[in-house]
Amino acid sequence: MSDFLEIVLRSACVLAAFLVLPLLVGQTEHKVMAHMQGRLGPMEAGGFHGWAQLIADGVKFAQKEDVVPLAADKSVFRVAPALGIVSYLFALAVIPFGPHFFGANVPGSLIWVLAVSGIGTVGTLMAGWSSGNKYSLLGGMRTAAQLVSYELPLILVSASFAIAAGSLSLVGIAHAWNPWWLIWQLPGALVFLVAATAELQRPPFDMPVADSELVMGPYTEYTGLRFALFLLAEYAGIVVMSFLLATLWLGGWTGPFDHAIGWLWVLIKGGIFSFLIIWIRVAWPRLREDQLQRVAWLGLVPIALLQLAITAVGVVVTSQ
Amino acid sequence: MSTGVTGYLVLLGVGVAGAVLFVAAMASRRLLAPRAPSLAKLTTYESGVDPATGGWAQNHFRYITYAFLYVVFAVDAVYLFPWALVLRDHDLGVASLVEMAIFIAVVLVGLLHAARRGMLTWADREDAPEGADQ
Repeated sequence: MSDFLEIVLRSACVLAAFLVLPLLVGQTEHKVMAHMQGRLGPMEAGGFHGWAQLIADGVKFAQKEDVVPLAADKSVFRVAPALGIVSYLFALAVIPFGPHFFGANVPGSLIWVLAVSGIGTVGTLMAGWSSGNKYSLLGGMRTAAQLVSYELPLILVSASFAIAAGSLSLVGIAHAWNPWWLIWQLPGALVFLVAATAELQRPPFDMPVADSELVMGPYTEYTGLRFALFLLAEYAGIVVMSFLLATLWLGGWTGPFDHAIGWLWVLIKGGIFSFLIIWIRVAWPRLREDQLQRVAWLGLVPIALLQLAITAVGVVVTSQ
Repeated sequence: MSTGVTGYLVLLGVGVAGAVLFVAAMASRRLLAPRAPSLAKLTTYESGVDPATGGWAQNHFRYITYAFLYVVFAVDAVYLFPWALVLRDHDLGVASLVEMAIFIAVVLVGLLHAARRGMLTWADREDAPEGADQ
């Protein structure tokens, strides 16, 4: 019976983290973008620094009418937002905040994260296909094209981290970490950051939702809370990818006094990567579809393969 | 704690939590959001113009080559993960490194071939380099 209680408690904690961390990232994005681009809008609501903007957005989303277009494949259209939510919840559950501080610990947690984070894209595809809208359809197609190209470097460099650690468990990888990884795995970490940004369809890789061409891509027909759930999934995706990279490349909880404040190190390291992903959005213009594919196949994949070679040779040489 | 079967049960619980979150969100939407459907509102959005034909239009399936390459490399990647666990083994380490290098080199030749044939450019095939008539 206590096992059952533990499972319920852990699930509830993962859900709580899922509802808090993405909103923190969202709030940070509002403020960081406002400062970097001199935007005045997000600085108004609530007085000091526009602190209430996110709450105002939430209230607005909840009050909007939910429209399911006549042309849509209605049941698929309605369910699509749930997939992104559930997939990133699954991924967040296995990210360790300390050697004994995690939602769930399974032996192949790295594989698990890579597997479930692909499901969210299926939700986007479903949204694009079921809307019965040409913008949505094209957006969905672009999503698919982007996924097949960027999933690959992401998986290859994840494999590199796994090889370096000799473990497929995120806890095991963080345990195996040492400061040499900062240099040894640097190309892999850069590839991971770029590919993760593309996976999340964040600018400059936001071709699928390019507002000047496709209105809002796969989400064009969505309104109100369903649309908000897609946004929540995007921010949850930022959290998952940032914390994953923090675990893989920066050793997760490793740091001074990590027996006491390991979780704080994870938050700081993950927060840095979240900030970087926001910064990238503000700093770079959108890539064209052909440039997007070229970056993946002729840039990231070769670098990822090179990283694999460096890692494998390094492991064999040092373990002899 | 929370290793072995418990870990997977927690993941199951997290899945249930996700479903509950979605259902709760949809229920609160039902309570809070107005409902006043009209024909104009339910029409497909095409930037204000009346929608022409259906939404499921034919379009160019341009990324089929990428999809094929992805499948090849994804299968390749599946072999990388178990390799991660045996590379430190003294009997298998060096031998598996050489084998894996040959394996990846073969796949890489395929990628180079595709790139040389101009299949990794998004543009139409006419402006692909010579010899890329397919």
